[in-house]
Amino acid sequence: MKVEQISIFLENKAGRLAEVTRVLAEAGINIRALSLADTSDFGILRLIVNDTEKAKQTLKENGFTVGKTNVVAVEVEDRPGGLHRILEILRKAGINVEYMYAFVQQSGNNAVLIFRFDNTDEAIKTLQQEGVRIIEGAQLYSM
Amino acid sequence: MIYNMEFETLPREALEAIQLKRLKNTVERVYATVPFYRRKFDEAGVKPDQIKSLDDLKRLPFTTKQDLRENYPFGLFAVPMENVVRIHASSGTTGKPTVVGYTARDVETWAELMARALSAAGATRGDIIHNAYGYGLFTGGLGIHYGAEKLGASVIPISGGNTKRQIMIMRDFGSTILTCTPSYALHLAEVAVEMGIDPRSLKLKAGLFGAEPWSERMRDEIEKALDLVALDIYGLSEIIGPGVSVECLEAKRGLHIFEDHFIPEIIDPETGENLPYGETGELVITTITKEAFPVIRYRTRDITSLNPEPCVCGRTHIRMNRITGRSDDMLIIRGVNVFPSQIESVLMEIEEVEPHYQLIVEREGNLDVLTVMVEVGEQAFSDEVKKLQQLEKKIEKNIKEYLGVSARVQLVEPKSIERSAGKAKRVIDKRKL
Ligand SMILES: [Zn+2]
Repeated sequence: MKVEQISIFLENKAGRLAEVTRVLAEAGINIRALSLADTSDFGILRLIVNDTEKAKQTLKENGFTVGKTNVVAVEVEDRPGGLHRILEILRKAGINVEYMYAFVQQSGNNAVLIFRFDNTDEAIKTLQQEGVRIIEGAQLYSM
Repeated sequence: MIYNMEFETLPREALEAIQLKRLKNTVERVYATVPFYRRKFDEAGVKPDQIKSLDDLKRLPFTTKQDLRENYPFGLFAVPMENVVRIHASSGTTGKPTVVGYTARDVETWAELMARALSAAGATRGDIIHNAYGYGLFTGGLGIHYGAEKLGASVIPISGGNTKRQIMIMRDFGSTILTCTPSYALHLAEVAVEMGIDPRSLKLKAGLFGAEPWSERMRDEIEKALDLVALDIYGLSEIIGPGVSVECLEAKRGLHIFEDHFIPEIIDPETGENLPYGETGELVITTITKEAFPVIRYRTRDITSLNPEPCVCGRTHIRMNRITGRSDDMLIIRGVNVFPSQIESVLMEIEEVEPHYQLIVEREGNLDVLTVMVEVGEQAFSDEVKKLQQLEKKIEKNIKEYLGVSARVQLVEPKSIERSAGKAKRVIDKRKL
């Protein structure tokens, strides 16, 4: 039920993000979801791609520091309170969200949220018990 | 392995007797042949015949790098040019280089000292020495080269640069001893990995690394990366080149100074007073066998201390501790003395951090601001912003505790700090611009 995400360390310098997208484009890798978290001097780019291993390898060869982590993709109903319901479930269960970002599916009406939890397995179990739809990695990579 | 059993294990008393005889000889000779020394000694009111004990060395004036520059190029040579067979010069990043000369006997002495140094690292006739120190005016390359030949080992005069070719040659030729700067040793290991060659699979068993300050933790890094024993070697062209002192394989703790050729002292760099054994200060060296370019009480600008304790290896020569900085490199930041090597030690204490760093000193208003750029490798990286910020805070806190100076830590991408075959550029002091 987990989704593999790669993260890349970036200095806050002009052109670094474009360098990542160039490297991935040249390797024929498609980016499914993307989020950039930055501070005054560095940023962390998080990506979900169609081929995690190849992306990681290619970026490393190009001198980037790359990490791989498991995140959870959750489908959120496209109606008022959809996100709130999920956050309430997590809050009640005492599950800590490290960060999250949204991702809109090309086809369906529903949004997809990517969550990074400190305890991923526990979070998946809780969400499933509450009937929240979790998207499989394989499905997401090929969207 | 002790190359010169007789001279490297002399009882202290016999060694000091030889030192005194050679010192007197050198002092007489420079007074007679080098106008600079005659003038300096006269100004200090000391005549060669007043040097009656090793303690009298203190009465002689210091010689500085500035003195060498002012006598550029050959003003301090103590023999006629027809007796000089070799000339080396140090790279003059500012102003003129300093030029040194060797007689045939000096070249022979140097080869002997380097043969001793290589032996201290366990090298024998059967070894293949991969010499990646630069050949040319710089003394590193040729110094090691002559020592290796004197020892009877096979030397590969690869010099610096073309790292991929170096790795191929080390692998194909089965090099067993590596000689280069410590930062280049790490660079070699990195490039080997990039080439898909496990650097630990090379036949290297020991390395002599010098020409720039390094640390114990960097030793661990190099030893792990290349699977060899990493030893420190020290020298400077003004004295002879590499081969002034070297660590022994047995103790790996402090560098034996070849005291039958050099007399070391430690002084307070501010006052010039001699400091007792164990205290940290500037290393001062007097050569006592050099013919073409003898130097009296040369101020090396290198910061270290001396350890007279007997060594397990059997050598009786005194040991100097690892150079912890240069009095030139010493940065004074908001009134605090800071050596780049101290920052390096702090970084090396933090497990996930690699020793690739650069210090940037700027002046904002009237205040000095120190920024420490640290490369983020895979071990230190996290997908969470707060973890990286915690790492920055941790480094800042440790620097503050260890050095008593506040620094701003900035994480940068791997390999964004320039390093090459030469010396890593550790400090950018923008205050001078
Ligand atoms: Zn020893």
